[in-house]
Amino acid sequence: MYRYDKYDHLIVKERIAQYRSQVERRINDELTEAEFLPLRLQNGLYMQRHAYMLRIAVPYGLLSSAQMRMFGHIARKYDRGYGHFTTRQNIQFNWIELDQTPDILADLASVEMHAIQTSGNCIRNITSDEYAGVAFDELFDPRPYAEVLRQWSTFHPEFAALPRKFKVAINGAVEDRAAIAVHDIGLTVVQNEAGEVGFKVMVGGGMGRTPILGSVVREYLPRQHMLTYIEAVMRVYNQYGRRDNKYKARIKILLKALGVEEFTRLVEEEWQDLKDSPSTITEEEMARVAAYFTPPAYETLPNIDARLDHADNKAFSNWLLRNVKPHKVPGYAIVLLSLKKTGVPPGDATAAQIDFVADLADRYSFGELRATHEQNLVLADVKQTELFKLWQEVKAHGLATPNIGLLTDMICCPGGDFCSLANAKSLPIAAAIAERFDNIDFQHDIGDIELNISGCINACGHHHVGSIGVLGVDKDGSEWYQVSIGGAQGNNSAIGKIIGPSFSALQMPEVIDRLLQVYVRERTEEERFVDTAQRLGIAPFKEHVYATPIKAGELVGEDHYA
Amino acid sequence: MLENHTEIIKGRAVVADDWTVLRLDEGQTASDAVVPEGKVIVPLAVWQAKRESLAARPQIGVWIASDERPEVLKGEVDKFAVIAVDFPKFTDGRGYSIAYNLRMRLAYTGELRAIGDVLRDQLFQMQRTGFDAFATRQDRNINDALKGLTDFSEVYQTSVDQKSPLFRRHERDVRDETSDVGYGI
Repeated sequence: MYRYDKYDHLIVKERIAQYRSQVERRINDELTEAEFLPLRLQNGLYMQRHAYMLRIAVPYGLLSSAQMRMFGHIARKYDRGYGHFTTRQNIQFNWIELDQTPDILADLASVEMHAIQTSGNCIRNITSDEYAGVAFDELFDPRPYAEVLRQWSTFHPEFAALPRKFKVAINGAVEDRAAIAVHDIGLTVVQNEAGEVGFKVMVGGGMGRTPILGSVVREYLPRQHMLTYIEAVMRVYNQYGRRDNKYKARIKILLKALGVEEFTRLVEEEWQDLKDSPSTITEEEMARVAAYFTPPAYETLPNIDARLDHADNKAFSNWLLRNVKPHKVPGYAIVLLSLKKTGVPPGDATAAQIDFVADLADRYSFGELRATHEQNLVLADVKQTELFKLWQEVKAHGLATPNIGLLTDMICCPGGDFCSLANAKSLPIAAAIAERFDNIDFQHDIGDIELNISGCINACGHHHVGSIGVLGVDKDGSEWYQVSIGGAQGNNSAIGKIIGPSFSALQMPEVIDRLLQVYVRERTEEERFVDTAQRLGIAPFKEHVYATPIKAGELVGEDHYA
Repeated sequence: MLENHTEIIKGRAVVADDWTVLRLDEGQTASDAVVPEGKVIVPLAVWQAKRESLAARPQIGVWIASDERPEVLKGEVDKFAVIAVDFPKFTDGRGYSIAYNLRMRLAYTGELRAIGDVLRDQLFQMQRTGFDAFATRQDRNINDALKGLTDFSEVYQTSVDQKSPLFRRHERDVRDETSDVGYGI
């Protein structure tokens, strides 16, 4: 993985000094809260319901074991003993004291990390494929480009106060695991007919209040022009993006207002002036960064069937089926550690689990880890011969729930229990659903399904692209939940359709059950929930869900998470 | 409405200033505006309405609002002793692109002044995008604001102040002499 050189260290250290001064001036009242707010946000510090929340950048989701241990340290020393992995491959801590934040940053800098631009109206952490470098279907490793872009976007002076936040994702595989269609800029690494590497450029995707899939503005951009082209997009957005209404300020709204053609014309015109300027990436720089992502020292091993010696072990089989993915190198496997155990808020990990996972990375996976946008963790380079041993260890620490891609592998934002933006709680809904459908055989029968829950329209829980999406809404001061179906991320991205009037929290498990009943009744052999939902549309689901009164169930864990 | 700053930051020093910024009152049109004698920075619309008489003055300045386009000054930027860009709120980043365009596209080389909600924590990026004068908010200590210009000694990307990216200027991958990985744990 990428390592800081003295310039990276210098910039991060100067940043800490700058931020320390800002915090001191806020505490001394030399800065008003209104003035401090954008400054702290650009350092990932939010004021939540109960305390400050600090979001730490995990560039494109890649972590070393030392960095992971630092999270454990931060959880213990500055927080309440746990951290929360987010849908943008970052981690956040929910119980932070303002005056300690500069010290946290200093601790982070010691492991080459920071919290720069993890929030605020600027270019956020670049996200990518959680299986980058090891995916079976990878054409190009996206991480070197993500790193080049990370450096370019860090403290970009002109794009420090954009109309709204700006998210970039890069994918280099056949299957899009980076959800590029719902990003402000989504890049796909591609090859042209001459065999040269470049990008397909999408702009203007996003979720939130107005979910829109991105539009292709350029089919092929030679890779050396990545920075100048993105600069052109950013300058057009910075100048013309709306600033009068924060809900209409994302680049997707500008692109829709201008039309793809006119937007593209403006970008291309801007770019003509920047093309081949010194920001054009040199072969040397590309090679330098790419060298950090060369494969580790894999042994020459045969592929094996890990099930063979444990054919009677159903729990292990389930785990292999759901939590282990094919690796591009024979004899190795990609292992997902589920942070979705029933009874635990999705994405949460305790300090002990964090330390344990860091140790696993050292012992099983060349000292590296990844965080996924579905809020799980990945050991990317595990020998197939060690899978059983690893499973036993992971199981003992509550990280082996065999539910990756299943109903209880929910994406869920922190919601109204923590977040001051939320209209409704999301964690108790997730908990109640997890409890109701805890039976793993039932989940395996239902198969691949994405249940995504957001506590408000900002859509941190990606509800628009869930096979089932749940959105918390506020009606006359009480919390209600709107349900949509048929959304999808990846190559066939789609925005889900709302099935009808919203439900109370207590009705939600029953609503999910009824949706699943329709699926089980209507599905064809190979159909996933989303396929059935897209084929039939909402009508049969709607009819069944609203057919009879929905009795309220019990909500679990509400007090537990408050 | 007339605005005066007795002191501004210019280059990297606090200096006395004798320019006056003219802002139109609500309802006032550009052609109605009375431009006082002396060194005045007028709104872009006033410049456009009274170009002939204003151009005859020995020294004139113009200011651009964040929703105006600098290109309308194409070919005449050298008529101004100062061009200012207004930041109505420090969170409005359009002024950075306006400054970039003035320097890079319109080849303006004279004084480029940030006016409006100009605060210490934005000065570094203002300086990078081409500003060389800062009329900082008068309820704040200007000597304190000066510190904002030196927050960073190195930058990754190009802008008006630095035409070459870090990767072209320095040999990268040079490590710090001492490694302190994980010292905080």
